[in-house]
Amino acid sequence: MKKSTNTSLMNKEVQTQNLYIPEEITADLFEKAPLDVYKSEEIGTPPVSFWKEAFLRLAKNKGAMISLFLLLALIVVAIIGPSMNEFTYREQTIEHSNLPPKVQGLEWLGFDGVDSNGVNQYAEQNIDTNYWFGTDEFGRDLWTRVWKGTQISLFIALVAALLDLIIGVVYGGISSFYGGRVDNIMQRIIEVLMGIPNLIVIILFILILEPGVRSIILAMIITGWVGMARVVRGQVLQLKGQEFVLASRTLGASNSRLIWKHLLPNVMGPIIVTVMFTIPTAIFFEAFLSFIGLGLQAPLASLGVLIEDGYKSMRYFSYKLIYPAVVISTIMICFNLLADGLRDALDPKMRK
Amino acid sequence: MKRYLVQRIGYMLVTLFVIITITFFLMQLLPGTPFTNPEKLTDQQLAILNAKYGLDQPVGIQYIRYLGNLVQGDLGYSFQHAGRTVSSMISDRIGPSAFIGLQALIIGTIIGLILGIVSALKHNSIFDYGSVTLAVLGMSIPSFVFAALLQYYVGVKLEWLPVALWEGYSSTILPSIALSVTVTATVARFIRSEMLEVLGQDYVITARAKGMNEQQVIVKHVIRNALIPVVTMLGPLAVAIMTGTLVIEKIFAVPGLGEQFTLSILVLDYSVIMGISIFYSALFIFVVFVVDIIYGFLDPRITYKGESA
Repeated sequence: MKKSTNTSLMNKEVQTQNLYIPEEITADLFEKAPLDVYKSEEIGTPPVSFWKEAFLRLAKNKGAMISLFLLLALIVVAIIGPSMNEFTYREQTIEHSNLPPKVQGLEWLGFDGVDSNGVNQYAEQNIDTNYWFGTDEFGRDLWTRVWKGTQISLFIALVAALLDLIIGVVYGGISSFYGGRVDNIMQRIIEVLMGIPNLIVIILFILILEPGVRSIILAMIITGWVGMARVVRGQVLQLKGQEFVLASRTLGASNSRLIWKHLLPNVMGPIIVTVMFTIPTAIFFEAFLSFIGLGLQAPLASLGVLIEDGYKSMRYFSYKLIYPAVVISTIMICFNLLADGLRDALDPKMRK
Repeated sequence: MKRYLVQRIGYMLVTLFVIITITFFLMQLLPGTPFTNPEKLTDQQLAILNAKYGLDQPVGIQYIRYLGNLVQGDLGYSFQHAGRTVSSMISDRIGPSAFIGLQALIIGTIIGLILGIVSALKHNSIFDYGSVTLAVLGMSIPSFVFAALLQYYVGVKLEWLPVALWEGYSSTILPSIALSVTVTATVARFIRSEMLEVLGQDYVITARAKGMNEQQVIVKHVIRNALIPVVTMLGPLAVAIMTGTLVIEKIFAVPGLGEQFTLSILVLDYSVIMGISIFYSALFIFVVFVVDIIYGFLDPRITYKGESA
């Protein structure tokens, strides 16, 4: 008999039951264990990566998906829009000034070339060319200007968000990764910066810089990165204490490997969400600055500049205000909804 | 608590000092002179003016002198309005701004609370979806776009309320509504998520289990607890209102501090820009400080750094 490693109690049982012990072990002695239906399902699905799972969650969010497609559509139109007709954003045709919008076939939607006094300006002045969004006081085509403005506004926002991202990740990363006195000093600086209202600093910087796209971006990132730095620091501090980092370190991983392979990939979620919230804020600040007269100089146009121009003549030429206003509002709504959706998808704990 | 207070006040002063320093030296970098039509002035006149405003001194001396005056509440003279002090300009202008600001805060908070509370209680109903949509719209549409549209449709087209200017109570309504939109949206979103969180807490289940009627559960347990964190929103809301007043006062020609600020930026009235920037920053820092302290009193779970629970 085989030497048993079981307890004495078990041995006793085996002995008392006097089991039949085969001479040879053959296949027919085995019985197939019934496969649990739920178990089989569990094993059946291939492991889903974090990003794929996040994408699936995002895809379920109708608002976010509609926003995503609308934004993509808007970006495409902003890129090809200015070249869809023969006008340029800076070309002035004084005899065609202040024409209301007119589109062939869309007259019933209000694109009929009739101004606020009920006069069809196109028939009155014998103009054959149609201006889809009308023209401004210098006879510049507003369709071209609105999409050119969207391009510039989006460009400013994206670049500002990207620079915020870089500065914030580096600052927050260094602060939290090295910890100790470095962290202490860097955090004191952040605390002071947090206390300063962004807007005041932005306005003061714009005042001393030459007005233009570059100075607007620069002014916005001067204080803009602080939020990102705080998010990154908080996340890294949390991750740093976890076992997988300790394990990696014990195995002799270098700092750069820890940062690039372990910490950054795990902080990506909150970083993306923060960037998505930064973009609409940047668009807002750009428009805001233009509106108080600190924006781009003519003939360049951004959505803010167009809104400001449109606002000045809104009483008689309301179309000049409405198109850029609708575009900027749509962009802001879409970015906010998409950012909300991404936050829910990437980090269900952050859900508000 | 005491240690925390001292620490916080220390931070406040350092932050304020940094702001004042930045503002001062940025203003030194500004292009152009602060005087209107400097080309018409003779060298002698310029020298007299520079001496009068202390602009002939080295920057360091000017800076120390400015700090000294500031401590005494003296923000200097306006360069554009002869003989007017910046402090008097601020105190003349603060009234209308404070009025529409507070009115907007009150309107926004009340509507926001109602929307948020009802949509949390009727979670996933049509009302909930409606108010969530409204909140997203309110947070996304820039306040000046909304203000311009409001002015056009309500003021110009319908002629229900005055288009602009500051004549009587009716002219305060449109600017206050325009300002309150951001407040409404922020408060509604915030209170809704707080309520939903509180509704799932154990003490709410306990209250129901011990037979408390639903109305009492909602009022005594849910709303009271959900309201506490709303206090923390006051800081961001103060910023939103401050930002809003800059453009909305311009749109509705309200003779407030924001309008003065945008005006001074356009004519480069250095001392006024500096004065108002410092004033706004101080106000902002103070509001954040007060909110932190109040929050500590309201929520006993909060302990301050350096104090054991």
